[in-house]
Amino acid sequence: MSAVPHPPASRFGDPRYYQIAVLTGLLAYGTLVLEFDVRRWQIPLTLAVALVTQWACSRLWKLPAFDPRSALISALSLCLLLRIDTLWVAAAAAVVAIASKFVVQVGKKHVFNPTNGAIVLMLLITPAAWLSPAQWGSVAFFAFLMACLGGLVAYRALRSDVALAFIVVYAALMFGRSYYLGEPMTIPTRRLESGGLLLFTFFMISDPRTTPDHPIARVLFGALVAFVAWYIQFRLFRTNGVIWSLALCAPLVPVLDRVLPGRRFAWTDAAVLPLLRRTPSPAIALERIHVS
Amino acid sequence: MKRRLSLLFGLAALVAAAPAPADAFCGFFVSKADTKLFNKASKVVIARDGNRTVMTMSNDFKGEPKEFAIVVPVPTFLQKEQIHVGEQSLIDHLDAFTAPRLVEYFDENPCDRRRYMTDSAVRMQAPMAAGAMAQESAKRLGVTIEATYTVGEYDILILSAKESGGLATWLTQNGYKMPQGAAPVLASYLAQNMRFFVAKVNIGEQAKLGFNYLRPLQIAYESPKFMLPIRLGTLNAEGTQELFVFTLTNKGRVETTNYRTVRLPSDVEIPTYVKSDFGRFYKSMFTTQVQKQSMSTVFLEYAWDTGWCDPCAADPLSNDQLRKLGVFWLDGGAAPTPTGGPMRPMPRGGAGSVFVTRLHVRYDGAHFPEDLVFQETGDRSNFQGRYILRHAWTGTETCSEADAYRGELSTRREKEAQTLASLTGWDINEIRRKQGPGPRAAVDDRAWWQRLWQ
Repeated sequence: MSAVPHPPASRFGDPRYYQIAVLTGLLAYGTLVLEFDVRRWQIPLTLAVALVTQWACSRLWKLPAFDPRSALISALSLCLLLRIDTLWVAAAAAVVAIASKFVVQVGKKHVFNPTNGAIVLMLLITPAAWLSPAQWGSVAFFAFLMACLGGLVAYRALRSDVALAFIVVYAALMFGRSYYLGEPMTIPTRRLESGGLLLFTFFMISDPRTTPDHPIARVLFGALVAFVAWYIQFRLFRTNGVIWSLALCAPLVPVLDRVLPGRRFAWTDAAVLPLLRRTPSPAIALERIHVS
Repeated sequence: MKRRLSLLFGLAALVAAAPAPADAFCGFFVSKADTKLFNKASKVVIARDGNRTVMTMSNDFKGEPKEFAIVVPVPTFLQKEQIHVGEQSLIDHLDAFTAPRLVEYFDENPCDRRRYMTDSAVRMQAPMAAGAMAQESAKRLGVTIEATYTVGEYDILILSAKESGGLATWLTQNGYKMPQGAAPVLASYLAQNMRFFVAKVNIGEQAKLGFNYLRPLQIAYESPKFMLPIRLGTLNAEGTQELFVFTLTNKGRVETTNYRTVRLPSDVEIPTYVKSDFGRFYKSMFTTQVQKQSMSTVFLEYAWDTGWCDPCAADPLSNDQLRKLGVFWLDGGAAPTPTGGPMRPMPRGGAGSVFVTRLHVRYDGAHFPEDLVFQETGDRSNFQGRYILRHAWTGTETCSEADAYRGELSTRREKEAQTLASLTGWDINEIRRKQGPGPRAAVDDRAWWQRLWQ
């Protein structure tokens, strides 16, 4: 759920605007209709701290310009996921999310998805942070809607392969386990209809900044995250398997990038997205990614 | 039962009603709506910290004791010492302590502000499902009786099995009325290496002990699984079932991770006539909320540190009572039990704190296909089901404040009626009729000069 760091991939403009709009819509729906346990001031505080941190880091790392877009995406994602008992946790999470992009890098690529890294760190250091995986309920219509919207975002970011690999393997493990246990298939179906899972699949794991560069590596990575998540959830009986799994698997990305090097910007492949013929050259794109 | 309530109890609720400082609060409990509101309701208390769990299963079975039996899937093998017989009164106490409550205020004379309040709480009691039981060994069915114990008035078996068909057959042969379709459910628990805790009443022991009711069974175990198996219960296809889960934890509120947990509507003003019918109100409201959420959510009814309450529907539980309910992490120390006076002792705080969560769920197999899985959150914010009755001031004095008050009163009464209709689904016209006419402004038909020189 961090930056989608590339120039406009279609005539609709920078996909990050689209992602910001979708996340804002989901947050409004969650807080107003589903009564998320969002603390008063949590949202403005998270947004403000994220933007200030982005601005400060841009200055410190002498970036040519302050770009609020990816910081906004991280902040909105934090508001959607992180539940807190005291406000300082929200502020700390926002600082960690944004600063980690600048600090925890391997080969000019940050290791942890900013939102994921910040959430996991907060879960580790304080009991005042938690996630409510069931907050979305499992209304089929809503799941469908999220899948469509998220799918669109993932497609634009051209990381739908990692999302698909993840969800296919995860679904197979869930159905396989239920089949083995003799449970009715309504149980795994219901688990897959979870809004939180779809949000993770199409908005977090598909983050192009933190997924492997090579398509095969991405598919392997998606499958591995799915397996570890399933193991945490159904063998260790811990909650939030997918969140822990992504954080645990993230350090493997630099290794995969080394073993299976690929072009960092797969979207420049005209065969995948003919529209991109109209986009700026890769050189320009590379420059922009360091800004985001 | 009359008790004096604390000052703070009133202050929190009066912000909207009275800007004036309140200096003469007193209040009392009216009689409790001690009715069996929900049929087929089960009550479970789960004390948990880390992987350690103590589960107390309430036993409101009202039939012949010899017909009572329960079959509960448990995550681990249980030794005799891990099974205990608890006290029903403690569950009832916890139930009363966490019950949705009615708070009553009397509007003061706008010309001379003073107010009182009253509080009452509903309690829910309902029998657990049960079946008959007898025992016979049958190794050929692949059933292993891992242990047999007699604890208190109960004969207990810990069963495992090679395959579920054998287990279902064995249970049926031994007099357990297993519902249709039980075998596949038993199979899925067996495949997860779960054991079955089977209890029936030992009539001889019960007679010796002299109890004329069945005491709750408690089991203590260590497992990462923080869940409650409900799938066997949903096979009894007699409509929906009612479940109350009370959790006692160290960190904070508990919620379900595979079903959305929502707060029951609370802190709303409703017409005063509901006082005599609070039980029906609560039941209708719950039913309406369940329908509104398409019977797919778990409801939070109470979340609070057990050390205090505001207002208190019952005395806070002492450390000793909490320990008996399975709270093993409390260090020995004087219990903060209040003795009379305002019942609002301060939070225990620190490592020895106990946070109580009351969850209420109405479920059936179609809407709740999988077992309830819980997590403890770090949320220590307080929540309670609290419904406010505001009695109108009925005086006849006149002053500018009184005129303004009377002007606002009809709007307020209408709002209360609409709130009640929306919460319960009751007919708005019926509510208005029951509300009766509001207190009318004193009609002073004297001529102005008579009032001038009265």
